Amino acid sequence: MSVGLHKKKLKLLLAGLILTLPLSLFAEGNLPIVPKAKAKATAEYGCVNPVADMRKNHMEYLLHQRDQTMHKGIRTKKYSLAKCIECHVTPDKNGKYAEYGDDDFFCSSCHNYAAVSIDCFQCHNDKPQSAYSSLSSNKQSLPEGHEKFASNDTLPSGDAE
Amino acid sequence: MSNTESSKNTELTRRKFLGTAAASAGLAIAPGVLLFRVAQAKPAAQAVTSKVRWGMLIDSTKCSTGCNDCVTACKTEHHLEGHNRPETDVQWIRKLKVTDKQTGHVMSLPMMCQHCENPPCVDVCPTGASFKRADGIVLVDRHICIGCRYCMMACPYKARSFEHEEVDDQAVSAPRGKGTVEACTMCVYRVDRDKQPACVEACSEAEHGAMLFGDLNDPESEISKRLAEYGGKQIRADLGLNTGVRYQGI
Ligand code: HEC
Ligand code: HEC
Ligand code: HEC
Repeated sequence: MSVGLHKKKLKLLLAGLILTLPLSLFAEGNLPIVPKAKAKATAEYGCVNPVADMRKNHMEYLLHQRDQTMHKGIRTKKYSLAKCIECHVTPDKNGKYAEYGDDDFFCSSCHNYAAVSIDCFQCHNDKPQSAYSSLSSNKQSLPEGHEKFASNDTLPSGDAE
Repeated sequence: MSNTESSKNTELTRRKFLGTAAASAGLAIAPGVLLFRVAQAKPAAQAVTSKVRWGMLIDSTKCSTGCNDCVTACKTEHHLEGHNRPETDVQWIRKLKVTDKQTGHVMSLPMMCQHCENPPCVDVCPTGASFKRADGIVLVDRHICIGCRYCMMACPYKARSFEHEEVDDQAVSAPRGKGTVEACTMCVYRVDRDKQPACVEACSEAEHGAMLFGDLNDPESEISKRLAEYGGKQIRADLGLNTGVRYQGI
């Protein structure tokens, strides 16, 4: 085989690559697919704040709430991490829950894409309380008070599919 | 307010009902549990204050050796799991059996974080993770705990534990994970919602009645009245820590 032919092939290959690269970059598969929430927090925005604001500032709200709850015992629902999970983390068709780190888990859908890493779920359960009410038949694993915790401050529902 | 009105059984209505009923009827309705709940209702958005000081009173004469109900309730509540390594497995509450060698008299009591007014764990913490809430509950802010374990050394009650392993399936209300120190939280998330700690609830549900929870600052609370009338000892009172957990019959 001659060197010339080789070069020609390479050029073709490169041209092909250049043509297809931008296409695949913008194809749906490459952008994070953020799982849908199971309910709307407010009819107006969907989330607890306008969605654009949540995309940008959710970390600020969470970290602020963390200190408020931890040190002052403030237990409002709006920015509670447990509530985000309750609304945003839903089971798939087989009743299985994705875990933090999976591309189809709400928080990591974006984080994997943007190479963000957080340690929150080393301690915080990444499944909603409702997962336990429906998954477990064993009363022992659902301590008294937890059903109440989940249902106490009922999330608005209805708009979910 | 009448009973029929309160039977629109949302939490709020019930609470309102109890509130008004207690205010008007005073001691006529069952004192103790009800009064404690009414008196301490705190809106979710309100910060805790030093007007209350949460405490516990343990009657060791009603606490029997062999009974582990409080310990089991704590483990279930906070999903505390061991690895068959008693030396290092986490424990937030444990049962002690104390025998007087001279008389043979045996005492049984639960031991946990004593929620000191002057907690040594807070003194030694290098990051400020060990702290005391305004209402007297001593906690570890695990968001800033670096796992150095000075507090475990400083605690005279051996109340704190270190989590050595990764944790899975935590209770939603009790996040916990590897590499931080933890201990009895008096079930803060319950207390903030007007409920009693899990151990106390279990002890009274099983009708042992050896544990009582309440506000030490409120002279009208069941716990303060009992302490005023019968007294209650601090373990290692000589250390001057002014513990929030007091014992009778020791
Ligand atoms: C009651 C339900 C509910 C709760 C609670 C809730 N959200 Fe949302 N959130 C939504 C809805 C609805 C949307 C709009 C997108 C959708 O339909 O999934 C949304 C959107 C978002 C988005 C943008 C997602 C995207 O598609 O780009 C972020 C980020 C977000 N929420 C974070 C949070 C955080 C953090 C919390 C907790 C502080 C929280 N949410 C609590 C319902 C909720
Ligand atoms: C080492 C364990 C640990 C880690 C890691 C951790 N938390 Fe927490 N978190 C806790 C504990 C313990 C509480 C107290 C729970 C209570 O009192 O109800 C808490 C409470 C909270 C609360 C208030 C309760 C709620 O559900 O709203 C928020 C918000 C919170 N954490 C956010 C975060 C965020 C965001 C991260 C990651 C950046 C994080 N935490 C990482 C242990 C942890
Ligand atoms: C719409 C996409 C998106 C979703 C959904 C999302 N995040 Fe984020 N998150 C980001 C991005 C992007 C950053 C990084 C922002 C930056 O570095 O400026 C980030 C950063 C963070 C940070 C700060 C990390 C650090 O090291 O400073 C925390 C904490 C966080 N997210 C928590 C969460 C939690 C908890 C959830 C799920 C309830 C969640 N995020 C869902 C996009 C998202």
